[in-house]
Amino acid sequence: MADAFPVSVVGAGIAGTWTALLLAEAGLSVDLYERGDDTLARATSHWAGGMLAPDCESDGAEPAVIRLGQRSITLWREHLAETPMAGSLVVSHPRDRADLARFTRQTSGHESVDAARIAELEPVLAGRFASGLFFPDEGHVEPRIVLPALRRQLQARGGRIHFGQDVEPATLGGTVVDCRGLGARAALPELRGVKGETVLVETREIALHRPVRLIHPRWPLYVIPRAEGRFLIGATSIESEDASGVSVRSALELMTAAYTLHPGFGEARIVEIGTALRPSFPDHAPRIEVDGARISVNGLYRHGFLLAPALAEIVTDYVVSGRRDNEVMRWS
Amino acid sequence: MKLYDQEVASRLLVGTALYSSPAVMKAAIEASGAEIVTVSLRREAAGGAAGDAFWRIIRALGVKVLPNTAGCRTVEDAVRTAELARELFDTPWIKLEVIGDDETLQPDVVGLVEAAARLTRDGFEVFPYCTEDLSVVGRLVEAGCRVVMPWASPIGSGQGIVNRAGLRTLRARFPDVTLIVDAGLGAPSHAADAMELGYDGVLLNTAIARADDPVPMARAFALAVEAGRLAHESGLMGARDFASPSTPVVGTPFWHVGAAE
Repeated sequence: MADAFPVSVVGAGIAGTWTALLLAEAGLSVDLYERGDDTLARATSHWAGGMLAPDCESDGAEPAVIRLGQRSITLWREHLAETPMAGSLVVSHPRDRADLARFTRQTSGHESVDAARIAELEPVLAGRFASGLFFPDEGHVEPRIVLPALRRQLQARGGRIHFGQDVEPATLGGTVVDCRGLGARAALPELRGVKGETVLVETREIALHRPVRLIHPRWPLYVIPRAEGRFLIGATSIESEDASGVSVRSALELMTAAYTLHPGFGEARIVEIGTALRPSFPDHAPRIEVDGARISVNGLYRHGFLLAPALAEIVTDYVVSGRRDNEVMRWS
Repeated sequence: MKLYDQEVASRLLVGTALYSSPAVMKAAIEASGAEIVTVSLRREAAGGAAGDAFWRIIRALGVKVLPNTAGCRTVEDAVRTAELARELFDTPWIKLEVIGDDETLQPDVVGLVEAAARLTRDGFEVFPYCTEDLSVVGRLVEAGCRVVMPWASPIGSGQGIVNRAGLRTLRARFPDVTLIVDAGLGAPSHAADAMELGYDGVLLNTAIARADDPVPMARAFALAVEAGRLAHESGLMGARDFASPSTPVVGTPFWHVGAAE
């Protein structure tokens, strides 16, 4: 293979950014196109939670998600050594005990924790929860910090990034990787959007060291610590493609969840309320579809940051050496 | 089983919420053999077109859709949701829920009767979700409901039938109304129980969708509903206080007595 083999990647969300980076690291000449500007404010990735929690996600997720998620954690740490790996804590209110028992059966890689252990892990939660689960081998990233960091690595490898260019992949020559998420739905009839809503709050009264999940009968609800005293509360999961805004009811449910985790959230300031549509296939597993020199990576659902590095690695292996991953790749 | 003017073979109706993915939902509904699925309108509809992708998946199942007004708290809210459902699904059917209490999701039976009467006058075929209260069911039937859906226990609680005597009375007093037990069934044995009481069908969601493995659980419910119905049609024996051997003991050689059933 020529050392300046050109590849275009369309879409600079988390899937496109990782794909462009690993292709550039493999020695290819990479152009990354993005319709939005460098804030990515319209991109699903901008609103993501950024949890790297393959064990927690094994509740209801396809096996490929867990395998790829575990590989992704290694790639995150190789590229961003400071990626927090403090694990995930799962707690439940006494009345949701049956759901906690189900979650315990459905997931692996956890240890049961009692009130004392919970207090040791997260001192602000002392005395608030009697039992829960600790998943030690998980981490989290802050999307709005790591996306620019990955782009800097891409540029250092000679990759070119073109913001504000709404490129139709079909019009590009050479090898093209389509990472547009829902932007590619015209080409992927099974793809649909699943609405997720989040609330970003700020308070100095509370310190958390890791994402804390609250068992909820309908959604995986979590509070993720961010830099500078901020916390992301997410996320709803609604079968709707209406991304016009967050409903009052969803905002109430999310903020109530944080308040029941710790009443200190009652005095937090609301920084932002956001919504995005997650690109999803019917089985909620990702797909890499190959049609000659055109490759599509899509359907990362609520697992974008968890799956993107491993999917990018599979795409890169295929482009460079023709190696196939039969669990996630399809041919047309 | 007759639902207004339509005859359906499967007596199991299932919901479409809480599944981990549409693919799992589809496989579970197929395993259940259900011909009717309920779909919640309130959140997903959001103005009509928004949930389009999910509707396509539901339509592709090839089953009848019974839209519901889950989460509605007032008569106005429920009526508006029903109208939206009629437009979206092109069906006169509506599973009517008017919730009176957020903790137990107990039906507001007063509002329910009012909403049922209004919707029936408007040409809807109403499937009201109610408690097992005899007078309330009477009012719903007076309002024009030919299908009534009393609960077994609160939605999603999985407690099974809490007031057996109440459900038995309803069945006896309304022999010509299609009665479906809706809500609270946690195990296939609960579904069989309802069918043995002579109920025409059962409707459930959580017990399948939140099972560790939803697809075989859907099949388990299908078998239980069929078993319960067969048992009801075959005439269950009455319970009695003392053993009654099916083989006469008198005249049996003593070494066979212990083996008598």
